[in-house]
Amino acid sequence: MSLIKNNIIIRDSWNHLDDDTPLSAEGKVIVSLKRWQSERKLLMERQEPLGIRLKSAEGAEMISDDLAHFDLIALEFPIFKDGRSYSTARMLRERYHYKGELRAVGEVLRDQLQFMLRCGFDAFEYAGKTIPEEAISAFVEMDKFYQTVGDWGRT
Amino acid sequence: MYVYNLVDQSLVNQRVQQFRDQVRRRLSGELNEEEFKPLRLMNGLYLQLHAYMLRVAIPYGTLSSKQMRALAHIAVRYDKGYGHFTTRQNLQFNWPKLKETPDILADLADVQMHAFQTSGNCIRNVTADQYAGVAVEEIADPRITAEVVRQWSTLHPEFSFLPRKFKIAVTGSKRDRAAVRVHDIGLIIKINEAGEMGYEVIVGGGLGRTPIVGVTIREFLPQQCLLSYLESILRIYNQIGRRDNIYKARIKIVIHELGAKEFTRRVEKEWKTIRDTAIDLPVGEYERIRAFFAPLPYQSLPKNDAGFSHLKFENQDFSHWVRGNTLPHRQSGYSIANISLKPIGGIPGDASAKQMEVVADLAEKFSFGEIRVAHEQNLVLPHVKQTDLYSIWNTLKEHNLATPNLGLISDIIACPGMDYCSLATARSIPLAQDISNRFSNLRRQNDIGELSVNISGCINACGHHHVGHIGLLGVDRKGEEYYQVTIGGSADENASIGEIIGPAIPYDEVVDAIERVVETYVDLRAKNESFIDAYRRVGKQPFKENLYVTN
Ligand code: SF4
Repeated sequence: MSLIKNNIIIRDSWNHLDDDTPLSAEGKVIVSLKRWQSERKLLMERQEPLGIRLKSAEGAEMISDDLAHFDLIALEFPIFKDGRSYSTARMLRERYHYKGELRAVGEVLRDQLQFMLRCGFDAFEYAGKTIPEEAISAFVEMDKFYQTVGDWGRT
Repeated sequence: MYVYNLVDQSLVNQRVQQFRDQVRRRLSGELNEEEFKPLRLMNGLYLQLHAYMLRVAIPYGTLSSKQMRALAHIAVRYDKGYGHFTTRQNLQFNWPKLKETPDILADLADVQMHAFQTSGNCIRNVTADQYAGVAVEEIADPRITAEVVRQWSTLHPEFSFLPRKFKIAVTGSKRDRAAVRVHDIGLIIKINEAGEMGYEVIVGGGLGRTPIVGVTIREFLPQQCLLSYLESILRIYNQIGRRDNIYKARIKIVIHELGAKEFTRRVEKEWKTIRDTAIDLPVGEYERIRAFFAPLPYQSLPKNDAGFSHLKFENQDFSHWVRGNTLPHRQSGYSIANISLKPIGGIPGDASAKQMEVVADLAEKFSFGEIRVAHEQNLVLPHVKQTDLYSIWNTLKEHNLATPNLGLISDIIACPGMDYCSLATARSIPLAQDISNRFSNLRRQNDIGELSVNISGCINACGHHHVGHIGLLGVDRKGEEYYQVTIGGSADENASIGEIIGPAIPYDEVVDAIERVVETYVDLRAKNESFIDAYRRVGKQPFKENLYVTN
């Protein structure tokens, strides 16, 4: 897996924390919605950046009141054909004006990258087989669109 | 007709380039078939029984002569010299080679055509009334709306991976020729009391395994709110449509499980938050598109031309064709000429490259270069002068395109079925041919009157069997082809789903059974009563009794 952000491959400074791994005092972690709901207080007391990960069935409204606590939101694509997270992404950006990192995780393949970008994702845990440098070209394959989407303050 | 601007053209060109690269990656093995599948589907490429099939989009069934010639050219150069017009106003090529498909798409792009979203779990190519802009009783031209929807739905980043395919149809007429009540979304253009244009919005209709007539969720949606409202519907569907079971994934199931009221409430709530945002098109953009569909420079002509009346009087075959296949046009002295792609014993919807060229030439000469495709798998020359009908008819006749059977029993809708389709459980085409041959006598057909026979080769219902006055659905009974017969379906403004009459019957007995059903109708009809009206009056019992009598 490689992390693509701003058209380059970068080292990931975040850790996906599964629900059973104890929380350490340090480090940038991404937790599940469930963990956020049950350990909210503990997570807020930590002085480290916090990320949350939503499954494709978990919609934007489930965290819309809490957005100020997150520096990163990861949305899952359990399989590339499951398109629910595209809606979640747009709602986070356009309705709730979330400005932090929005990361696509799961089956994130080359030919979906541009759709994701247009819906407001700005970081991609690339899971395709090709070298990620090549996949980056997918972001610029098309430059003409009909829809006004992703209007969330990107320059 | 709509003409691409630079944005439209470069979008289509870039898409061709993108697909060329995808095909290259598939051929090199970098993409496996499973990964390639959704990509090729979004460009209309299916894998069928014997070969790939490319489905070319003909947005809302409107074509220019130049485009029709390009299709003829593709049929010759890359296929076996013919194409198949579908019930979604598209054209299918049945034998393209994978490595040549990018070239086909490039040839299409040259004439402002594409194969976007003619398959896959996305918003499919939008359909509309084939008589848009010319029907006498039309309230407003649906092509403007259809073009707006086409653009909005093309490569929509949020709605390209829906739970299932999604079909939208538009009509601007009281007579519904676009079957809007059996689409995922149907739009009927309306004018309110203040004289403003808007839409009745119908959602959740559909055929397939669970045929159902859609429900109206909004009586009047102001025109300028169309896209925000569509986005609201699609967003709700994208989020809660079922993804665990392909047979329960259409929006009709959402509405069934949630109830129309709750679904409507959610849509309206969503809409409140996104209406009046940049999603809706500015008025200027509507006007820009509308200008492409302005009335054509018609001549002012008398309502009835004496020479034309004389020709009809002199030539009975011509007069039959005029009566059967042409309709009055909005403009005095003009007609709408339908071209039947259902010659007796022929394959419904098939056209040879030569026939395509003939139609292209006729359109250029006599119909402002414009052609329409009807969802009944026929073609239309939408604006012809009465005085030109005779020479049009003569040319059509030479090319087996003048069968005067529009709306009659041999004007059969049939899906490709077992002859091409990998999902089929039975054949459709040969059955259509057999029925057509049995009723080949045109006098008899005319006496029977308006009667639609629709045939699907499997439960997916591409042949719209549920909404045929008589519907035939191919099923498999221990390796034998059987057909379930439904009666009483209709796709028009009084849409209804046909009723199953009884147990399925084997292939060899179908034509006789249909004949008995038809004879039952002929015996019991009142004066001037059509098949569907008679059925609605008497119910299925008399048909059932006769369907299964064998002697
Ligand atoms: S109805 Fe079935 S057999 Fe006919 S084209 Fe559709 S999927 Fe194929």
